[in-house]
Amino acid sequence: MQELVISILLTVVIIMASVVLVFIGSRKGGLTKKQRTMMIRILITAVILLSLQFISAEAFDTVDNYLFPSAGRWIRFACYLIDYFIIGYDILRKAAKGIKNRQVFDESFLMAVATIGAMALAIYENGEYLEAIAVMLFYQIGEWFQGYAVGKSRRNISNLMDIRPDYANVERNGKLEKADPDEVEIGSVIVVQPGEKVPIDGIIVEGSSSLNTSALTGESLPREAKAGDEVISGCISMTSVLKIQTTKAFGESTVSKILDLVENASSRKSKSEDFISKFAKIYTPAVCYCALALAFLPPIVRMLFMGLSADWGVWIYRALTFLVISCPCALVISIPLSFFAGIGGASKEGVLVKGSNYLEILSQTKYVVFDKTGTMTKGVFEVNGIHHSTMEDEKLIEYAALAESASSHPISKSLQRAYGKEINRSRVSDIHEISGNGVTAKVDGKEVAAGNDKLMKHLNIPYQDCHSTGTIIHMAIDGKYAGHIVISDIIKPHAKEAIAELKKAGVERSVMLTGDAKKVADQVAAALGIDEVHSELLPADKVDKVEELLQMKPGKAKLAFVGDGINDAPVLSRADIGIAMGAMGSDAAIEAADIVLMDDDPVKIAKAIKISRKCLRIVYQNIVFALAVKFACLALGAVGIANMYLAIFADVGVMILAVLNAIRCLFVKKL
Amino acid sequence: MKKTYKIDVDCANCANLMEDAAKKTSGVQDATVNFMALKMIVEFEEGKDPKAVMEDVLKACKKVEPDCEIFL
Repeated sequence: MQELVISILLTVVIIMASVVLVFIGSRKGGLTKKQRTMMIRILITAVILLSLQFISAEAFDTVDNYLFPSAGRWIRFACYLIDYFIIGYDILRKAAKGIKNRQVFDESFLMAVATIGAMALAIYENGEYLEAIAVMLFYQIGEWFQGYAVGKSRRNISNLMDIRPDYANVERNGKLEKADPDEVEIGSVIVVQPGEKVPIDGIIVEGSSSLNTSALTGESLPREAKAGDEVISGCISMTSVLKIQTTKAFGESTVSKILDLVENASSRKSKSEDFISKFAKIYTPAVCYCALALAFLPPIVRMLFMGLSADWGVWIYRALTFLVISCPCALVISIPLSFFAGIGGASKEGVLVKGSNYLEILSQTKYVVFDKTGTMTKGVFEVNGIHHSTMEDEKLIEYAALAESASSHPISKSLQRAYGKEINRSRVSDIHEISGNGVTAKVDGKEVAAGNDKLMKHLNIPYQDCHSTGTIIHMAIDGKYAGHIVISDIIKPHAKEAIAELKKAGVERSVMLTGDAKKVADQVAAALGIDEVHSELLPADKVDKVEELLQMKPGKAKLAFVGDGINDAPVLSRADIGIAMGAMGSDAAIEAADIVLMDDDPVKIAKAIKISRKCLRIVYQNIVFALAVKFACLALGAVGIANMYLAIFADVGVMILAVLNAIRCLFVKKL
Repeated sequence: MKKTYKIDVDCANCANLMEDAAKKTSGVQDATVNFMALKMIVEFEEGKDPKAVMEDVLKACKKVEPDCEIFL
């Protein structure tokens, strides 16, 4: 029965090998030279083995009559031996080198010992040489397939992330020339044709177009850009020709930075990977010692204490089976592959993960802490009202804009926008920024103070409270209260949905931290369904609050902080995991955060968590599955139920299944 | 100083062995092998010549995994 199964298997192998050689081998770049040679060896071995199957041991024995006694036996052995060397010579050579270099427990050594042992048993019994060769054959097929699958998925994932532009169009003497983007100097003008990628970050000097940013953000809606706008490399110009003046070198451009980040991401190893490599270091030697014990102890016990025959052959065979199972490759390969695929899939969705370890931490996130401005709200402030003004509204805005002219805070920006005219910096002097309070400055010789109620209290100026929600800028000129300006922010369209999604993804507690007034913060939190708000915090208070939350959370739960990367770098790095959003073009955010959302859509936070959960689920599936099968086969092997064919399945089959499972991490679009 | 090298190796466990071997080589502060990207990132100790150190790293790696290659 078993003979028949093996014959069928060998036939399948022969057909498969021929198909692979003819179809994949003929395609350009289909197989490497190494893979092709190996496949040919597999084919030859399988053919010889199958033909030897049809000649029985008795048939060989008839040769004895013509030559010397037992000549047939030796000729038969020689035939199998040749076949064994064809398929296994490289493994044997590697094993020999391993012994020379005192690297005993590598898989070549194990396979060599197992198959040589099986051959020796077969010579002794003039029995089945088939098994040793078949095991070696299937092992090599497994190795081949592993190499092919890993190479293929590596290429697929790399292609997926391939947003690297190959050239930049530079105008020289009135003609367009393709130049290496590396050689384009900062400040030169490049031309981007419709359908081409923007190769280098820059500012549009001529033309307007719709930009497809999906390669960077995963967002399919195009973005409009016109002359004067900044464009980021990696976007595709869809409708018309753009002339762009570069502002960065290629190596410093967004595309290069992202590629660098993603390519190096899998170098930061996760705990599961560390666990597996430690496990592998213990597992292999342990199984080898077990094999040794299994080979010698039971026969000795049987002989000495039970008065039975030793049955050396049986026990040595079982020990050899152990050796075949002892290679930890299925585990070692599938875990990094899962993370790599997960990181690749996430980057396709505009979620950049800086390392496997961060993906792992993200999956354990139970607390999510948000910054308000720029994260949950657009951070585009608008002046909504001016109350109790003692002068003309325009005049008040003018003073406010001038006083705040040195600041890049979104509120200052909105004041400057409301003012709407060119700011003459020479009218302003003595600017003092009081963090979390506001600014004081001299404008046209007058003392101007602009800031929140704390600033007014600090300066001992009586002020009028305001009933509208929003950020209130109290103004005082020459020590006298001059009214206040109401500025309010707009909640992002998907913010509410994002919080709901997070809850669904298993986040237990959502907290919002903001430097803004309590009234505004409470209103935003209520509108979004956020559990907890802490308002009127200075940047340093935010760190304290996060520390506090870190203390409060249960042991294994992790805390993620989401910010826009502007002035919350300390908090980003203090949290278990820092997520920066809306990072297109913001280097600071990419530097500070562990996970970068290219888009500024808060829904992506939930998506990132779901991706990480899926990836980790697959990692655990693979660990559990591979270990369970291995241990089951070890147990069956020890009692003699499992033979070497089962053992080779435990090794190679599990590995192939684990690799296929790992590839699933790539598919995250629908999460 | 940190440098990245392209490598060629067939199995994931062998990549781990290479990483260990590289870490133990003198002159190497830390080393990481990224099997998926086929890259080795080596951090050298202060004042060591990367070229000379990498020769040793390659030798050490060849010892644990004869089939590997580091493209210096």
